[in-house]
Amino acid sequence: MSVDKKIVADLVNNKVEFVTTVPCKQLAGVIDEIEKCPDIYHIPSNKEDEGMGLCAGAFMGGKRPAIIMQNTAIGVTINTLVTLTQFYRMPLPMLISYRGEVGEPVACQVEMAVHTKALLAQLNIPTYHFHHEDDVNELDGILAHAFMSNKPVAILTDASFWKGY
Amino acid sequence: MIRSDVLKSLIPVISDHLVVCNIGLPSQEMHMLDDQPNNFYMLGTMGLASSIGLGVALAQSEKVIAIDGDGSVLTNFGTLPTIANNVADNFILLIIDNGSYGSTGDQPTYAGMKTSLAAVATACGCETVIECQAEDAAETVQAALDSDKMTIIVCKCQSGNIKVPVIQMDPVVIRDRFMKEIQARNG
Ligand SMILES: [Mg+2]
Repeated sequence: MSVDKKIVADLVNNKVEFVTTVPCKQLAGVIDEIEKCPDIYHIPSNKEDEGMGLCAGAFMGGKRPAIIMQNTAIGVTINTLVTLTQFYRMPLPMLISYRGEVGEPVACQVEMAVHTKALLAQLNIPTYHFHHEDDVNELDGILAHAFMSNKPVAILTDASFWKGY
Repeated sequence: MIRSDVLKSLIPVISDHLVVCNIGLPSQEMHMLDDQPNNFYMLGTMGLASSIGLGVALAQSEKVIAIDGDGSVLTNFGTLPTIANNVADNFILLIIDNGSYGSTGDQPTYAGMKTSLAAVATACGCETVIECQAEDAAETVQAALDSDKMTIIVCKCQSGNIKVPVIQMDPVVIRDRFMKEIQARNG
């Protein structure tokens, strides 16, 4: 099974039925699989904080949500993560493409990469870093953990994980 | 009429429905006028009432009214294309447009100048967009509820505020009772 298909299978296995996405080159394959998946309502959002609002609503409406986005979005969404997702204690798995790590061709991406883990740590968000392809095997447990704990959870997926996309 | 008058006039129409209410004074006014478990109050995160409301509407079948403001919609303009392209016929977005940032001291917004939120919503692809005056708000929302069509209402009113207490309810309590109400209504 490809990594993209495995990620979507794990989402479905964890009853995630509502996924919002803001695209990234590294995430193109998984976003395609989300769009094709009949068990998931895929709702592209225009900005990641908007997406987190959609996810909060879907969760309260009874559907497990997830967001797929780039690490630059951490800079966009701190207020939403703190005053909506965390303040109201809602679960939110965040599958994040970790741009700016080794293998990155775009220098500007490194500027946000160096802040990504520090910001997530400051927010007390459980954070997992997928570097090797096999790391994807942890996803099923991480998703269960997010819904058990009612917390946002970050899964950072770097260029090595995506084999340089 | 100012926003609090509009909200007061709306209570008989919206009281039985799921309501997602915008941050600041709109939530405080709703809380003071008609607090109940089917209201979700935003205590932070300006701009996301319409997104949260659409999420609730897409996830279940009960009708949802998101009460938003002109300033908040301007803050989260990306919401309008998302709403337009993800039609939920159980969703009403009511934008109470007083042409000002009411909760922060009535600083003017662009919606009170050259920018028409109804025209923007239409340009974004929203199919049913109605602009109404404050006096007609209750009738317009009732008609939208009866139509079973996703509707964006831009309700023009005067700026101005009344004194209201802040909401002291815990956010997890607000969220939990809202979710239980939704679960019960969806059987
Ligand atoms: Mg206003």
